[in-house]
Amino acid sequence: MIEAKNISKKFGDRQILKDFSFVFEKGKINMIIGQSGSGKTVLLKCLVGLHKVDSGQVLYDGRDFLGMNFQEKKEVRKEIGMLFQGGALFDSQTVEENIIFPLSMFTDMNEEEKRDRANFCLKRVNLENTNHLFPSEISGGMKKRVAIARAISVNPKYLFCDEPNSGLDPQTSIVIDNLIKEITDEYNITTVVITHDMNSVIEIGEKNAFIFKGEKWWEGNKEEILTTENPELTAFVYASKFMMELRKKS
Amino acid sequence: MFYEIESLGFGSLGIVAIISIFMGAVITIQSAVGFESPWIPLYAVGLATRDSIILEFSPTIVSLILAGKVGSNIASEIGTMRVSEQIDALEIMGINSSSYLILPKIVAAMFINPFLIIISMFLGLFGGWFFGIVVGAVTSYEFVYGIQYTFKPYNVTYALIKTVVFAFIITSVSSYHGYYTQGGALEVGRSSTKAVVYSSIVILIFNFLLTQLLLV
Repeated sequence: MIEAKNISKKFGDRQILKDFSFVFEKGKINMIIGQSGSGKTVLLKCLVGLHKVDSGQVLYDGRDFLGMNFQEKKEVRKEIGMLFQGGALFDSQTVEENIIFPLSMFTDMNEEEKRDRANFCLKRVNLENTNHLFPSEISGGMKKRVAIARAISVNPKYLFCDEPNSGLDPQTSIVIDNLIKEITDEYNITTVVITHDMNSVIEIGEKNAFIFKGEKWWEGNKEEILTTENPELTAFVYASKFMMELRKKS
Repeated sequence: MFYEIESLGFGSLGIVAIISIFMGAVITIQSAVGFESPWIPLYAVGLATRDSIILEFSPTIVSLILAGKVGSNIASEIGTMRVSEQIDALEIMGINSSSYLILPKIVAAMFINPFLIIISMFLGLFGGWFFGIVVGAVTSYEFVYGIQYTFKPYNVTYALIKTVVFAFIITSVSSYHGYYTQGGALEVGRSSTKAVVYSSIVILIFNFLLTQLLLV
């Protein structure tokens, strides 16, 4: 479980996050939804310590992450897997080397064990026989899957996904969504997904927070999203005229 | 580390060799033309070529060229890693990204660049000797006598000290500009240009300071 308590963050004079609090539950897919520029990615980067917060706390199973020193943070980071928007695979390394990289950093495995683990993770994301390809030689969807394989290679307790479906076609998006769902259930981990893709929310979002102008505007499950009367969330969910008509009819 | 030595050092060998040979040739011919006086012995051409190459051309001009080649390469590589979130991925894994990415480049360049400069010195003198003879500007005996005449080994030490300092400047300034890139492809290009410009300026300033400190 991850608790975000009263997180605020400014860039210069611009208030990006304002008093954001939310509990990300274990074994569930916790989704942060909101428009582009609403502060979702900044929130995610604050949660994992890539951005320094101005005020607030982040607790990983009760451990105050932001108050830790470098070594203590490193211990927590061993338990974190992260899927970046563009995959963030290391260009100079092959697919297999990308997956082995965190294993070399965090485990005492020998070369053979690392290769076995990499093969297992690649099989888990249905990417067998791509070991020796470079990131530039695979598609966007494959990059995302390799990034998921890399994220789960160290058996994380917490999985963060920053817009996992951005730039992907609807079918590949469903593959990625299902993969995230399966991994969350299989390993009983705390998964945090940042998205503005409503299909993903309806498919896999178990606990959701709507962020609007840096503030938590609403929280609830996916069924509640469809019936909410919150005007900003309604405008976000039913952004197209077609969807709005559909809502009125129903 | 070995990858960096190969990339930064051996990868620059070709351009260093070509430039050194032809610059040596040009210095020899220019010296020969300038020394067309019965009062100046012909071996002065070899002497002038030697001192120009060892004191200034190889350590400074080759370092400026390396600032263009290696500096832009480092800045764009690290800058691309920054904008594509690869550096964030390293940080998430608990790795000190600046130390992991930059330190091996600095150490590799400080180690390999003196070898490059020594090769440049030899090739520059060889180019001067070879083309000097080919165009009839100097005889082999006079040129070889000239490069041995009142040779001060300290000049080589001075050149290598400059080289090590310039290697540090090239890699650290370029890495800084790459590491703090923000934005996208356009900003990566800007960082790369800034890396070359700033490292060249800093090299020239330090060239003056080191010459004043070590040679005067």
